[in-house]
Amino acid sequence: MQTINLQVFYNKGELGMNLEKVVFAFFIVLALTLNFGFFIGDLDDHTHHNIYELFAALVVSLIATIMKFGDRAHIGAVLLATSLVADLQLIAAVIVWTITVHATDIGMTPSIMASIVSLSGGALLANITSVIILVTETVMFRR
Amino acid sequence: MHNVIYLLLRRMRVPLIVVILAYAISILGLVLIPGIDDQGNPWQMSFFHAFYFVSFMGSTIGFGEIPYPFTDPQRIWTTVAMYMTVISWLYAIGSLFSLVQDHAFRRVVARTNFTREVRRINNPFYLVCGLGDAGQLVIRELAEHGIHSVIVDRDEAKIHSLQLEDLPLRVPALVADVTDSSALVAAGLCNQQCAGVIALTDDDHTNLTIAITSKLLAPELAVISRAETHDSAANIASFGTDTIINPFDTFAERFAMMFKSPSMHLVYEWMTSLHKAPLSKFTAPPQGTWILCGYGRFGKAIQKSLSFKGIKTIIVESDPEGTDAPETTIVGRGTEAITLHEAGIEQACGIIAGTDNDANNLSIIMTALKLNENLFTVSRQNGNYNDAIFAAADIGITMQAGRIIGKRVVDILTTPLLTDFLRMAVLQSDDWANVLVSRVVGVLGDQPPESWAQVISTIESPAVVHQLKKGMAVTVKNLLTDPRDTQSMLPCVALYLKHPNHDDRLLPDDDTPLQTGDQLLICGRVSAETHMRWTANNSHALNYICYGVDRPSGSLWRWLSARHRKGST
Repeated sequence: MQTINLQVFYNKGELGMNLEKVVFAFFIVLALTLNFGFFIGDLDDHTHHNIYELFAALVVSLIATIMKFGDRAHIGAVLLATSLVADLQLIAAVIVWTITVHATDIGMTPSIMASIVSLSGGALLANITSVIILVTETVMFRR
Repeated sequence: MHNVIYLLLRRMRVPLIVVILAYAISILGLVLIPGIDDQGNPWQMSFFHAFYFVSFMGSTIGFGEIPYPFTDPQRIWTTVAMYMTVISWLYAIGSLFSLVQDHAFRRVVARTNFTREVRRINNPFYLVCGLGDAGQLVIRELAEHGIHSVIVDRDEAKIHSLQLEDLPLRVPALVADVTDSSALVAAGLCNQQCAGVIALTDDDHTNLTIAITSKLLAPELAVISRAETHDSAANIASFGTDTIINPFDTFAERFAMMFKSPSMHLVYEWMTSLHKAPLSKFTAPPQGTWILCGYGRFGKAIQKSLSFKGIKTIIVESDPEGTDAPETTIVGRGTEAITLHEAGIEQACGIIAGTDNDANNLSIIMTALKLNENLFTVSRQNGNYNDAIFAAADIGITMQAGRIIGKRVVDILTTPLLTDFLRMAVLQSDDWANVLVSRVVGVLGDQPPESWAQVISTIESPAVVHQLKKGMAVTVKNLLTDPRDTQSMLPCVALYLKHPNHDDRLLPDDDTPLQTGDQLLICGRVSAETHMRWTANNSHALNYICYGVDRPSGSLWRWLSARHRKGST
C-alpha cells in the first residue's frame, strides 16, 4: 500500500506540480521568516521582539512538523527531525517567557529576554537547515 | 511495528493540523480582544492565560471566566471558539477511532504482530500453507509432538476457528494469499529456524507456486507438496520438491495392499496410525468382482492398482466421455438401483463409491446395501464436516483425502525413519509381515502401539556413546532390556536399524552391536519409550544392564575400588 502511494507521488512530481510539496514548502519557509522576524533586533531589548511573532512562528512550525508525519522517504524523515528540533526550541522559549512573566515576581529582564531570543535563534538554525534540505531536494529532482 | 506507526501518523496529519489551527485562532482572538479587569481598567489577556482558557474550554472542562469576568465582545468570541475547538477535537478523536476500526489498518496490525511472533520463534518450525482438513490435522499433530508451525491461509474464518482450538503450542496464523511471496517471507520462509515448507492447499497450481517460491527463495529448505493430478505432480517434482503426496494414489496403493498382503497392511496401519490411536480391527476385503462408481482421479487410481493386482472392476460413471472411461463402462451415477442392477450388484462382492459428492457417495452405499447386504463397502469422503454421517453409515473403509495427506506429512516430519522402514517393508514377503505382526501383538497386547526412533548420539543417548567410546560393546538387546529388572525385556520390538555407513537392517537381531550414528526404529508400548530413554541416558542403568553390577560412580569410590581390585589380584 505504501509503495503504491509513493508511485503516485513520484508520478505527480514528474507532471511538474505537487500540492503536498508546495504546501509544505510554504509552511517551512513561513516558519523560517516568522522566526527570523522575531529573532532580529537587539538581543536583550524586549521592545525589538514581538510576542505575536513568536506565537505565529510556533504554530506554523508545529503545522510544518505534522505535515511530515508518516513520511517514509529518507529526506522526509530528516525534515521531520529538523522541524521537531525547531518546535522544541520555540516551546522552550515560550515556557521561559510564560514562567518569567506569570510565575515569578522578577518580570521581564534584559538577561531573560536574551535567553528567550537565543532559544529562538537555535530554532532559526533548525529552520534554516530544513529549508536548505528542501532546496537541495528540489534542485536535485527538478533541474 | 514501523508500518503501524507510519500509517497512524499519516492518517492523523489532517486532524492534528485542524486541532492546532483551531487552538491558534481561538488563542489569538482572546489575546487581541480587549477586556476589563476587576478595577474597571482596560486589560488584555496574555498568551499564557489565553492558552490556559482555551485548553480547558476545548476539552469541555470549563473552569469559568478567568482571571477576570469577560466582556461581551470576549464572550462572543468565546462562543465561536468553543464550537471550533470542540468540533476539531471530536474530529481528531473520531478519525483515530475509525482508523483503529479500519479493516486495512487491522490487517496491518495483525500482520505486524504475526511477523514479530514468527521472528521470535527460536525453535525449528514448519511453514504450513493451506488450512483445510489436511492442514488442520498437520498443525494439531505437530503441536502434540512439540514441533512448532506457522500457518498461512486465505480464509479468515478458518484462521479464527484455529485460534479457538486448544493447541498445546502457540501457532502463529496469517490471513493472506499464499501465492504472494511476501506473505511467505513474512511467515518466516527465509528465517534461520524454518525447517520446511508444506503446501497443502486444495489447488494444485497454488501448491506449485508455493513450491517454486520456496525453492527460489530458500533452496535448502525441504518442501512437501500435495498434488492431485499426475501432471502437476510431475511439474512440482521437476524443480526438486522433496516429497509430493497424491492422496488418491496413496489410498489406491494401500487399498491394493489389503488384497495382496493383509498383514503388511496391518503393519502399515499400525505404524502410521495417529498418536495413541487404538489398534484397528481389520477384515481383508474379498477377492471378487468390484463395482466402482465414479471414474475421476480417485476412481482411476483405484482401478489402476486393482487391475494391477488382477481384481476385476465394473465401472459406473455418469460422464464416460468426459472422464475418458473404458468402453465397458455402465452409464449412470450409481445412486439408482437400476444402474447398480445393470452393473451386476447381486454378483459383486464389494462396492466403491468414489464420486466427489458426499451425498451421492452415501446414497450409492445405501442403495447398494439394500440390493446386496453382503457387500464390502468403500467410500470416498470429501470433507471432514461429514464425519458424523459417514460414521453412522457404517462403511467398511472410508477414504478422506485430507486425512491421508495429513497422516503422511506427520509421519514424514515426526519419524522420518518410519518412511524408510515402510519403503523396505513393502518389498518383503507376506510371511515376513505375519511374523512381524505376531511379534508386535505379542508385546502389545491390547495397548495402542507407539513407534519412536532412538538415535545413538551424544545428545540423545550419552550413556551409550560413552560406553562405545571406551571400546565396550552395546547391543540392541541391551537397549531393549528393562532397566528395572534386567531379566525381562521391555514391551517393544526393534523394527529397523539405520546407519549412515552401513546397510540398513530390518528387524535387527538382538546381538547386533550398536555404533555411534545409528538410528533405531522401535515399536511398542508407550511406557517402554520412557524406560529405554532412561537406559540410553543413564550410565549406571546401562552398566547394570550390560554387566549386572553397580559400578562406583564418585571419584573417591572409583579410586577405592580400583585399589581394592589391585590388592586382591
